[in-house]
Amino acid sequence: MNGWALAVIQAGLLAFGAPFLSGWVKWVKCKLQCRQGPPPWQPYRDLSKLFQKEILLSDQASPVFRMAPYLVFSVTALAGSVMPTIAVGLPTSAIADVIVLVGFFALARFFLALAGMDVGTAFGGMGSSREMMVSSLAEPAMLMAVFTLAMTVSSTNLASMIVNLLVGPVQLYPSFIFAGMGLLLVTVAETGRIPVDNPATHLELTMIHEAMILEYTGRHLALMEWAAMLKLMIYGVLIANLFIPWGVAIALTPMTLAVGLAAITGKLLLLGVVLAVAETGLAKMRLFRAPQFLGLAFILCLLGMLSHVILEVR
Amino acid sequence: MQMAVLPLSEQMILTLAALILFTSFLLLAQTRIVTLIHTFAWQGVLLFLATVLVAIVSGRHHLLISAALTLVLKVFFIPWQLRRLVIRLDIRRDVETVGSASLIMIGAGALVLFSYYVALPIRELSLHSTRNMIAISLAVILIGMLMIITRRKAVAQVVGFMSMENGLLFAAVVATYGMPMVVELGVAFDVLVAAILFGIFFFQIRSGIGSLNVDHLNRLNEVD
Repeated sequence: MNGWALAVIQAGLLAFGAPFLSGWVKWVKCKLQCRQGPPPWQPYRDLSKLFQKEILLSDQASPVFRMAPYLVFSVTALAGSVMPTIAVGLPTSAIADVIVLVGFFALARFFLALAGMDVGTAFGGMGSSREMMVSSLAEPAMLMAVFTLAMTVSSTNLASMIVNLLVGPVQLYPSFIFAGMGLLLVTVAETGRIPVDNPATHLELTMIHEAMILEYTGRHLALMEWAAMLKLMIYGVLIANLFIPWGVAIALTPMTLAVGLAAITGKLLLLGVVLAVAETGLAKMRLFRAPQFLGLAFILCLLGMLSHVILEVR
Repeated sequence: MQMAVLPLSEQMILTLAALILFTSFLLLAQTRIVTLIHTFAWQGVLLFLATVLVAIVSGRHHLLISAALTLVLKVFFIPWQLRRLVIRLDIRRDVETVGSASLIMIGAGALVLFSYYVALPIRELSLHSTRNMIAISLAVILIGMLMIITRRKAVAQVVGFMSMENGLLFAAVVATYGMPMVVELGVAFDVLVAAILFGIFFFQIRSGIGSLNVDHLNRLNEVD
């Protein structure tokens, strides 16, 4: 019973912490560019404002268009609720399989792309086709990274992966370095951050994610944006807890849980700073360079797997 | 499949080996000449670090001499020489388009697998703690060769050749803890002489065919 309560609290923290992470990245980025910047809690204000606004629907919109925001948000939230964020021994960790996680994201993306095409505006369809191109290249790289990790810790369940890493002796795995770099590049592409997509632009020729949700208003838009923030959060937790697992609570005592919460907060804030620095230093690349970028991610993950097979197996 | 717990120094060597392989892939994909030369220098740095670590772990201190040779030649002299040539030939801003880059990368991945299977029986025979890295060094050699085949510009081919030599040196270090000193010195000076000769050849090729693209050498020209 205790475990279920903790799982619900953990899922809630993840969902309600997600806007803060997005706001934090934006704030750090503004500071780096010598701008004033909105405070990190600005996304909460935006979301609550959007929730209060009325919904405008095109008379061409089908039920898919109205259904999609709820579906996308609930699937993403479900994916977030199984993530071992603070503690690993929770009952939800039984379904915290990485392949399931990739499947959840694919389901959400499918409905997002459908919704983009539904109303029939040019931008929506363009955004959907671009999103599908990027994700069809990013998904194999991500699965490759996951398999590399799974070969070392001999499980694809996130919770048991983290436990194996925590209880095993600390050592330097060459394959983890490559898989980590590859997963970072995949994260950048999947969450629409700068070298692939610019989250702050509504310029017709370059937008990917924004193009698909261009027709949404009010509550629907709020759910779509929240789902995007949640996705960034989930990827952040995935990277933070798989590659720097220290601090995640194994025993469920108040002390370890507090340490776990502090650890994940610190790791995510740090990751946000890294993301902001990368976004400030890089320029958005042409859309047709994106396959090259994701090709690099795939090669990194492939090298991770090869170096596991060649170097780490005795 | 858990990795047996190794001392930190050996984990470092393994990681360095993986990074050397990674720089080989970077060399293969890099299209800008100056960045290519810098990447080559970084490969030299990694090779130097790996050799020093192997020397310390195995207690063969003559390896330190070959590490020092690597540092002086591969990290400083040859990149400096190549960079100077590139500036004098005024091809600093050249971008070489490598045809079907992703296919070449997949080919390189296949070469790594191939060298793994080739090196497998050697690995069974060897007793050194570095025996797992023989496959990596073989892959670095083969990827260097792939780079010579796929590139069209002479400078990039020379970098490929030099990276092949890096792979050979790495193979010698990890398979048998270094070659005899005479051989090593000989190879080092060969590479040195090659670097200088290549420089002269660049000028010859360019004054002969007006470009560093070696494809032009296939065409017959009458000199009148």
